Formats: sequence, structure tokens, C-alpha cells
Amino acid sequence: MDLTINGTIHTVNLPDDMPLLWALRDGLNITSVKYGCGIAQCGACTVHIDGEAVRSCQVALGDVWGEIKTIEALGTPDALHAIQRAWIDHQVAQCGYCQSGQIMQAADLLSRNPEPSDDDIDAAMSGNLCRCGTYPRIRAAVHAAASAMREA
Amino acid sequence: MGRVKNIARRSFLIGSAAILGGVAFGAWFVTRPTPNPLLDDLAEGEAALTPFVKITADGITLIVPRADVGQGIASTQAMLIAEELDIDPATVTLDPGQPHQAYFNGTVAADGLSFPGWDEGFVAETVRDLMMNVARLSGSQFTGGSSSTADLHETLRRAGATARETLKAAAAARTGVPRADLRTEDGHVVLPDETRIPYTELAAEAAGIEPVTDVPLRPASEWTRLGKPYQRLDIVAKSTGTQSYGIDVTLPGMLYAAVRANPGRGGGMASYSPDAALAMQGVRSVVEVDEGLAVIADNTWFAFKAAEALQVDWLPPDYPASSDAMWQALTDAHADEFQNSRLRDDGDVEAALSGAKVIEAEYRSPFLAHAALEPLNATVLVEDDAVTIWTATQVPHVVRDAAAEVTGIDAANVILHALPAGGSFGRRLDHDFVVQAIQIAASMPGTPIKTTWSREEDMTHDFPRPLHMSRGRGAVADGRVLACDLDSISPSLIASWFGRVFIVPPGPDAMLVWGAFDQPYAIPNYRVTGYAAPPLMPIGSWRSPGACSNSFFHESFLSELIHAAGADPLEERLRLIDHADSRRVLEAVGEMSNWSGADIGPGRGRGIAFAYTHGVPVAEVIDVTLTERGIRIDEVWIAADCGTVFDPVNAEAQLTGAAVYGLGHAMNCELTYDNHTVQQTNFDAFEGMRLRQTPKFHTRLLGQAEKVRGLGEPATAPAAPALADAIFAATGQRLREMPFNRSVDFA
Ligand code: FES
Ligand code: FES
Repeated sequence: MDLTINGTIHTVNLPDDMPLLWALRDGLNITSVKYGCGIAQCGACTVHIDGEAVRSCQVALGDVWGEIKTIEALGTPDALHAIQRAWIDHQVAQCGYCQSGQIMQAADLLSRNPEPSDDDIDAAMSGNLCRCGTYPRIRAAVHAAASAMREA
Repeated sequence: MGRVKNIARRSFLIGSAAILGGVAFGAWFVTRPTPNPLLDDLAEGEAALTPFVKITADGITLIVPRADVGQGIASTQAMLIAEELDIDPATVTLDPGQPHQAYFNGTVAADGLSFPGWDEGFVAETVRDLMMNVARLSGSQFTGGSSSTADLHETLRRAGATARETLKAAAAARTGVPRADLRTEDGHVVLPDETRIPYTELAAEAAGIEPVTDVPLRPASEWTRLGKPYQRLDIVAKSTGTQSYGIDVTLPGMLYAAVRANPGRGGGMASYSPDAALAMQGVRSVVEVDEGLAVIADNTWFAFKAAEALQVDWLPPDYPASSDAMWQALTDAHADEFQNSRLRDDGDVEAALSGAKVIEAEYRSPFLAHAALEPLNATVLVEDDAVTIWTATQVPHVVRDAAAEVTGIDAANVILHALPAGGSFGRRLDHDFVVQAIQIAASMPGTPIKTTWSREEDMTHDFPRPLHMSRGRGAVADGRVLACDLDSISPSLIASWFGRVFIVPPGPDAMLVWGAFDQPYAIPNYRVTGYAAPPLMPIGSWRSPGACSNSFFHESFLSELIHAAGADPLEERLRLIDHADSRRVLEAVGEMSNWSGADIGPGRGRGIAFAYTHGVPVAEVIDVTLTERGIRIDEVWIAADCGTVFDPVNAEAQLTGAAVYGLGHAMNCELTYDNHTVQQTNFDAFEGMRLRQTPKFHTRLLGQAEKVRGLGEPATAPAAPALADAIFAATGQRLREMPFNRSVDFA
């Protein structure tokens, strides 16, 4: 089966019913996508399919309907995306395990809503758990990223 | 300390400390320097100037032995060395090192004593010194108890200073310029004529001279990095998906494993059939491990599915089958024969209560999972004469020794790659998951195997925070608190955890009453009694152990007494507190929140709580509003004093993160048992706080306390009682049982 991930086509030989999460992690060694719960409760596995944030633990490989993007497609340490820049400036991460998912969720929000209110952020980001409790800084970083992206 | 000095002097470790520290080995053994592990495998031209600094021609490596479980201690350790060494820590390699006696943690051992942290009397300080030496001799390299910064801040700065002066000595020998005329800057020794010699170029020469150890530390006024806002060294990696955790380890030829253990912890297997699992796609084998079975497969998903398909006939464990039966066992343990400690006994409680109108209350705190977001995992390669382990652990020396024991391979040939953890909250003080991973890998020598627990396995096989209950009796007179008699009842965490990783120390369990007996209140008649219930099941340290429950009991009961006295919750606490640092944080939180009582208008309420844990006084004020959807936490003010703050941006994150952890679990988390089995197996039933529920935080660190202490835990304990107090102010309903969503709804 062919998957388009971050602009590159990858061929995987894995069963249709395997969650995309495990195909990415164990099949293709894209480990920025994290396993936290496997049941759509934590958001650690969030990736984009055709620009929309989805829980990759809930998408069977056979059902992937479009192009997959992981956090690497957003930006890299040498070429940071504005959201990542804001995450760094606000020093959001503690253990950091949830943060790829948080950032991909925030990217989805900001692509649809360039000037989110606190309520908008609450609504969009509350499916992403952070056991370290970085929520206050996530809120601040989403606002900062939004204004940076509007000015860009 | 005046009035609050009257703490009963009994300690669970004084006996063993005295023998180990003073008699058996003699003073020489105790005071001689610990060996430098880096010297063992140095190549020609490399210098290990202290156990924490290694310099080669290629670069500088800092050994940062305390585990980073999210609290940012890797960066703090590097920054402490860098301040004296004059290097940019972002340009060097950080290495957690191999487990070694040189990296022992004395503070966590000293903190386990039956003395409150604010007691700086002769006996307390002497016994603390003895405990430091016990830790040193046993090489206990724990990360925990919010002890890392407290324990290492001088050691690491000294290491940086020693390395710097030794490099200067090498430059002096080379150039003939006296060491006193040299300075250092950004990884270079600088000569008076501004010639710059890189440290890396001096490594070989520095290795040949005796390290210069007699170096005074720079005063805070000269610091260029410490105490100023700086970026965590891992922040870019953690914001770009490039940070690798244990669960991400990938090795050539690696296989993947999942575990299926008895949901009744400690029960065995009557029988099992691997056939259904072995017939599944990608499954290589089924092996027996501690507590159950494991499946080795071609990827984690295949392993998870096959582990579910295993047919096992489990034997029941020896603990009560249901939560009701466990609560009954705890209630039954509130009896004289279970009394374990009475570490506070001031005035005459019985006399004060007799004839007074006695106020009574009972409080309960549930089992809780740690539930770090990264499920437990370890990757292990067993070879003929070596074991290599990749995992995140708070007890590296215990992991090393366990690997030697399981495989029969010499501990010297165990290599541990200690990795950053995706959270821990105390869970990685245990190493059960690593032992299983070693057993799994030992079944297939030569093949690296990554063992990952499913979330369900992680929740079901935690060593949870124990059930804990408390009964208080008290009295008030003339608008003041007159008497407080608190009984605290729980299985002994010391007996359970120490039994797994070390030996069970004799004597009373101070942790059972942490957050109660050691609070710096001078209530005239004041008693705290610990009752050690039967074990129930294996339990573990959960962020702020003991205090995470006791502070809820103690502060809630104190609030009830203050309310009965008709006094102001802040004013009466200030009147009762007899410890300058603690008084200051209460005054600060009052000022920050414009405190003028608990009444902040209709449909709203304001609560307050104070706790002294891990040597840090913390006061929290919380405002709540009743909404149509339930109680909303609006704002939280936190004032604390951990002494000198080295890392202010991270320190604030530890305060708010610990408070979110304390609040979220108090709101909606518990583990309950039926048929010996945990009922909450994933985050759908164990949610914690979500972003939409997160209040606004205001924090202040006073920086006035004399001793440097750590912040990973202290803001956890007062969060639950402050929230309960705010809910009382808003609703008139006193919540005496966690989680609070048993009684109220949250928005
Ligand atoms: S792993 Fe997919 S939502 Fe938790
Ligand atoms: S930073 Fe640790 S789970 Fe979010």
C-alpha cells in the first residue's frame, strides 16, 4: 500500500486494519507521532490527513483518505514554523511527550481560525491531554503563534 | 523555632544510619572521596576532571546523572556546571552517565527521616548528615523527592569550578603564565594577551595534573546564567518532534514485545495457552515473565493484539477483591495495634478535647495511577557477556543490579542508556517493567527487543498511590483553634516500595504522615498519629507521596476548625504558623490575591491551603464560580519559597504543572477495584484536567529561604484542599472525599 507522507510516497506492507499510528511508528520509523492511549482520548498521535487533524490511532491503514502530514512537515529545528517558535519562546514543553500532538492540533486550529479566542482554543485543544499540565503555556503560545502568523 | 519544636524524636533510620555511618566502616570510609567513574575508560588525551566533566580533543561532555522526567533537571544540572566552567551548555554533550556511587543522592535519604524539614536543631542535622553518608556508601542514585537541585547544586558548581581551574593550571604549565593571571570564557582559557586556548586543546595536559579542588564558588552576584531566564536545552527538540524517548528506540534487527500480566497484581498463573497468540500474524514467540506473559512480534501492534489473545487462567492475588473491602480493611486498621507513629504530640490533646465541643470529620483519598503519557517501556539486548538497556528510570543503580541478577551477567557489563522520560510522577522509581523487558530479551539473545506496555497494561499494573483515610477531632475556643488531633491511616509506602528496591527499614514510616505531622503550625494541643494498615497491594510514590493525601486531610480539617471558630482562614493560619519562611508565603499569597476573606460574591467562593513539603512552604488561593455546567476554577495564586531559584522559567512551570496535577486528580480521578482488578484502564475513565478547565495562574517564588530546595512536587499537595475550601465557600458543601466529582460536577 502506498502512503503519501510529508510529500513523499512510502510503500508499506502491513495489514489494512492496522492503525496508521503503528504503521508510522513501527513500519516507517516516524516516531514523532506518539502512542498515549490508543482510544482517541489523549491526542498524542495527532497527524494531519489532507490538512485536517486526526487521531492516527483511530485511522485504519486501509482507510487513509489523503496525504498525511506529521510535525516534520510543519517545521524542523533549523526551519521552525511560527507555532513551534511560539512553543519554544513560551517554553511550553515539560516532558514534551504530548507536544507533537498539541502542535499539530494547534496548526489545524490556526489554519481554520487565524484569530482564535480563549474559548476557541479551549474547544479545539481540549482533546489533547498533557499530563505534565502545560496548558497555561499552550494557551499563551497559541495566541502568540496566531499573531505571528497574521503578521507574517 | 520556639513553640513548634516539640516533635517526638523517633526515626526509622537512626539505628541503621549510626551503624553504617559511624561504626561499621569508620569515619575514614565515610569521608573519603567517592571514586571518579569516568577515569575507568578514558582514552589517551582525554580528561575526566571530575565525575561530571569529561573533555576530549573532540568536545566537552557533562554528566547529568539525575533523570529528566519532564521536570527539566537535565538542563538545570548542565547550567549549574556551566556557570562555573564558563561554557555554553547548548554547545556541549549531555550524558546521564552510568549508574555509579559518585552520583549518590544524599538529600532524598535525609528527607526520609522523621524530622520536619524546618527543624534545623542539632539532632535533626546530625542524623541528616548520617543519612547522607548512608546514601553515599550504598551508592543510591535516586531521582525523586524533589531532591535533585537541593542535592547537587553545590556539587555541580564545584565540579565546574574544579574543571575550570584545572584547565587553567594546564594552560599555566604550558605557557608559563601564572594560573592567577588567566581567565576563562566560552570554553577557552584566555591569556593576559588575549590569546585563547580551547579547553579541548588542553584536555591531554589537564589529564596529567592533579585536579585543583580548592576553589571558592562564585557568589550569586557574579552569575551570568543561573537565576536568569534561559531556555531548556531540550526545548527545540521537544517542540519539533525530534526528542527521542525510550518508546522511540529503534535498532537494527529489533523485535517488539507486549506484556499481559495478571490484572490482580501478584497473583500467579494456574495455566495458559499460547496457541491462539502464536497463530497470529507476525508473532515470533510467547515467553513467561514476572507476573504473566509476553508476546514477541514484528511490531508493537501485532504484539498488542496477540497479547490480548493469550488464554490465561489467572490465580487471585492475596489482597481484598473490591474497593469496598479495601476501605473496610483501612477502617479496621484505625485501631491501637496498627499505630505506627506519633511524630507530633504537643500540649495535651485529650485534656483539651474533654469538656469541649468536639468537632469531628473523616476524609478519604483514593488509589491513583501515575499515568505518565509515555507508556512504560524498555529496550534490551542480551548478549553472551553483556546486557544493554535503553530506558528511562529514576533508579539506574537498581536497574543495573536487576539486569545482573536476571541474566547472571556481571553488573560491570550492564550498559544503561538512560533516556528522557515522557513523564513519571514517581512511577519510574520502580523497575518492574525493565525486569520484564530483560526477561523477554534474555529469551532471544543477540536480538534487541523493545517491550512496550499498552495504556491498559500501564494503568492496570501501576504501583498506585495508596488508599488513605484520616479522622480528625478538634476544638476551638475564643475564635481560635485550640486542639487538633489527626489520625492518618494507610498502608505503609516505605514498607512496600523499599521492599521492592532496597530493604525495608525498621521503625515508623514518616512518609505515611508526611504533610501532616511536619506542618509548622503551633496549635497549642496538636497531635498526629499514623496507622499502618495491612499492605492491601503493592503501592508506590506518587508526586508528593504521603502529603498528596495528608495535606488534603490536614488543611481541610484545619479549615473546618477555623470556620467553626469564626476566624479568617488566612489570618488564623498566619497566627498559628511559627516559621518565618512559611509565614512569608502565606502573606505573599494573601497580597497577590487581594485576600479579604472567602466570600467573593454570590455563586463564587475562595479557598486557601498551605503545605510544607520537600522543604518548601507553598500557599495556594483558588477562586471558583458555579456555572450551569458545574464548578469552574477561575484563578489560582501560588506563593512558594525554595530558596535560590536557578531556573526561573522552569520553576514557574513546575509550580503550575504540579498544581494542575493536584487539581485534575482531585477533580475526577480514582482507581477502583472489582474482582481484584482496576476498573479504570485508560484516559476515558481517568481524565485529569483538560485545557478548557485550566484556570489562570499567578505565581511567585520568594527566594528568601536559606536552603535551596526543589519544586517538582511541592505545589501538588495544597491544590486539592484549596479547591475543596473554595467549593465550600461557594456552596456550603464540605467535600471530604476525593475525587470531588463523586459529589459535585465540574464545568
Ligand atoms: S494515542 Fe491516539 S488519541 Fe491517544
Ligand atoms: S509535556 Fe508532558 S505530557 Fe505534555
